[in-house]
Amino acid sequence: MFTVLRIRRDLVDAIVAHARRDHPDEACGVIAGPDDGSDRPERFIPMVNAARSPTFYEFDSGDLLKLYREMAANDETPVVIYHSHTATEAYPSRTDIKLAQEPFAHYVLVSTRDADEHEFRSYRIVDGVVTEEPVEVVESYMFANTGSDDVPDA
Amino acid sequence: MAVTVSIPTILRTHTGGEKSVEASGKTVLEVIDDIEARHGGLKARLVKDEKLHRFVNVYVNDEDVRFAGGLDAEVKDGDTVTILPAVAGGAR
Repeated sequence: MFTVLRIRRDLVDAIVAHARRDHPDEACGVIAGPDDGSDRPERFIPMVNAARSPTFYEFDSGDLLKLYREMAANDETPVVIYHSHTATEAYPSRTDIKLAQEPFAHYVLVSTRDADEHEFRSYRIVDGVVTEEPVEVVESYMFANTGSDDVPDA
Repeated sequence: MAVTVSIPTILRTHTGGEKSVEASGKTVLEVIDDIEARHGGLKARLVKDEKLHRFVNVYVNDEDVRFAGGLDAEVKDGDTVTILPAVAGGAR
């Protein structure tokens, strides 16, 4: 399955800002979007890292329940699940792969190991298999190109 | 004793795609066993060495059962049991 993460610039900026703010601990959160197959990340939800650790993250269990209830009430799904690596590259660790349990989410990793430059990468993690996907940053979803580029307009 | 059990996306392959199922039981373990009897394979995803898997959260109504007796946590008629995989990971 070929996939791409198409995401608004302000949401990318919000994820990176959260990762910088919590550095050297790992930051984590979700971007929810409509549960209609549109695969469109919209609502930025930074989460507390209950582990407060530079090498591990976990959503607090009470916050997790609240988050999933809220998403269910809004007909939303976790389109993006993000976290930061603060001393290593933005690639899923063995722990990330083992614990990934949302087969339809884009797993975004941000590395803050460099103070000036960050890495921002996205993956699918399904049944222990990691597939990196391109990230397409857009200013807005409004003027989306809904067709394929290689089909000429009639 | 009928309770509603909310099933997360990743486990819906075990419930024929259903987001929630009805079950009966007086404890979380009995509820899991009751579902297992109809939807084989679910229990192994939730229980390991007779304990709740470390990275699966189970709630009775608003309470995480980890703080309420684990698999022995009491379930009453009309309760909602919610299963949610932990969202966790990290460089370690």
